[in-house]
Amino acid sequence: MDWSGAITNGIISALGPVAIAYAVSAIGLNLQFGFTGLLNFGHVAFMMVGAYGTAATVEAGGSLWLGIGVGILAAVVLGLLLGLPTLRLRADYLAITTIAAAETLRLLVRSPVTRSVTGGVFGIQGFAEEFHALNPFGASTGYAIGPLVVSGRRLFVMIVGWTVVLILALIVRRLVKSPWGRLLKAIREDEDATRSLGKNVFVAKLQALALGGALASVGGVLLAIEQQNVSPDSFLPQVTFIIYVVVILGGAGTIWGPMLGAVIFQFFFYFVDSVMRQAQANVSWVGAILDSAGAAQIRFVLVGLGLMALLVFRPQGMLGSRREALVDG
Amino acid sequence: MADGAAALTGVAPRPGVAKPDPILVVEGVTRSFGGLQAVDVSHLEVQRNTVTALIGPNGAGKTTLFNLLTGFDQADSGSWSLNGGPIVGIPAYQVARRGMVRTFQLTRALPRLTVLDNVVLADPHNPGESLWRALIGGWRRGEEEATVKAKALLERFGLEHMADEYAGSLSGGQRKLLELARAMMVEPELIMLDEPMAGINPALTQQLLTHITGLRDEGKTVIFVEHDMDVVQEISDWVVVLAEGQVIAEGTPSSIAGNPDVIEAYLGAHRGKAVEDE
Ligand SMILES: Nc1ncnc2c1ncn2[C@@H]1O[C@H](COP(=O)(O)OP(=O)(O)OP(=O)(O)O)[C@@H](O)[C@H]1O
Ligand SMILES: [Mg+2]
Repeated sequence: MDWSGAITNGIISALGPVAIAYAVSAIGLNLQFGFTGLLNFGHVAFMMVGAYGTAATVEAGGSLWLGIGVGILAAVVLGLLLGLPTLRLRADYLAITTIAAAETLRLLVRSPVTRSVTGGVFGIQGFAEEFHALNPFGASTGYAIGPLVVSGRRLFVMIVGWTVVLILALIVRRLVKSPWGRLLKAIREDEDATRSLGKNVFVAKLQALALGGALASVGGVLLAIEQQNVSPDSFLPQVTFIIYVVVILGGAGTIWGPMLGAVIFQFFFYFVDSVMRQAQANVSWVGAILDSAGAAQIRFVLVGLGLMALLVFRPQGMLGSRREALVDG
Repeated sequence: MADGAAALTGVAPRPGVAKPDPILVVEGVTRSFGGLQAVDVSHLEVQRNTVTALIGPNGAGKTTLFNLLTGFDQADSGSWSLNGGPIVGIPAYQVARRGMVRTFQLTRALPRLTVLDNVVLADPHNPGESLWRALIGGWRRGEEEATVKAKALLERFGLEHMADEYAGSLSGGQRKLLELARAMMVEPELIMLDEPMAGINPALTQQLLTHITGLRDEGKTVIFVEHDMDVVQEISDWVVVLAEGQVIAEGTPSSIAGNPDVIEAYLGAHRGKAVEDE
């Protein structure tokens, strides 16, 4: 068994573009769910709106940079549209509305009706040349970072991506450590009590929803740029739940938790993937009970088990405070 | 005795009676849940700078009336005004900002905020609560001022040693004190306390009573819901009795004590209970 190969695979994924997209999106969800207590079950829609806003703008003749602006702005608008009618109501209305809106939006983007703008089932490709043209590294040259070898193309995406993640995390840190951040936490703890103290809870929730959505859209933008591709089937509802896993794994309501959660999630997923593939091919009894498709599926089972173990032993996540988790209402 | 209370000496003990200087005037407020008429107050005035007790059997509509007046529930009909200005249909947070702050029958601490943060949060002037200011900065001074003010309140209510603990770790009685401190931070004129003494040990009750009369002595108006008649007799300047949603009696504590309507309301409620129990 090639353990070091499995670890290397894990690390490459943990630092790669998908982890970056998850990290930014998780920072957004953490603002909504971890700090404000909003149940947004349609987070993937914000990622999708960011990605498609970018791609469709370029496709329509705009520049990539304009496209990114359009994508982020569209996510803010989506946040306001979802929040305005629901955030005055009980918490579950937001949950139901967001999950329905996300899937409706994806089906709309996929449908023949919007095809001229969104490319229908095929999506849009090759819209991020302007980004990749800035790459100072040789795109197909292999660069060695310790034991890892990555292409110049990927290296550039990683550097830009993690820089963006870091900057956004620092901005969110500044916000949640402010009195505004305390207001969000108060809303999470008890909305009515916060209202009784003269706080406009509705506006604060709307801000958190829209801002969290804008962050998620940046995740969608980064992933789209790296892949030079957007297609409706990369924005299935389970993406939202992966982002929830990332947030809870890292520690909901913590500042660095979402980033750590994304890295650990991707590492674990691809490490297990490598190990399972090898075991399926080389260990006879594993090969006897699993075909290669089964080996790929078992990752999900193991990730689920890992998450259950975490919730039993560290319900507050990797970075959450034990003391806070023990406080009772 | 505070000025407000002194002005009540000539006021007749009769439901709906006018007061010399009312801070709160309620007119024709009704609220029903299905077929149940929970609140039906035709007229009620609350004298400024007094401690007014709102009493009545369980289910009389005391909490519902609080909810209506503070914007936490919508009345079917009626109007009410604070300092002469109508506040019907105004969102709860604005009611608080206008000077009428309420607490809840079941205490609502913000458990995973520290005790100090619970109180600082309630400051109405903190500039850093705007998203924009939180981003660009320049709120530290406002926060410092709020913190100084909050610490003074914690000291006043005997919670300064708990300032950095999570509010969720406070005892029931300490939570009641925290709610008082928090409400005071909003700088209200009228404080509405829903059963501030419920579930508190007798030693702390005495301390809470002193705090409540202290609020009046510094010029605030207090309305509080209470079931313990000894407490009502001890600290209130005026008593309003609610039964089945209606004001059936009001007057000074001593005039209420022997009022046959009040006794009937309570006994009636007890008789009702006894029948249910069988
Ligand atoms: N949201 C609601 N839905 C249905 N009925 C309600 C609701 N809130 C209150 N009620 C009913 O209205 C009546 C008045 O209730 P309320 O809580 O105001 O009484 P209370 O005087 O505060 O009683 P207690 O002394 O027990 O706190 C009760 O019969 C109660 O069951
Ligand atoms: Mg009540």
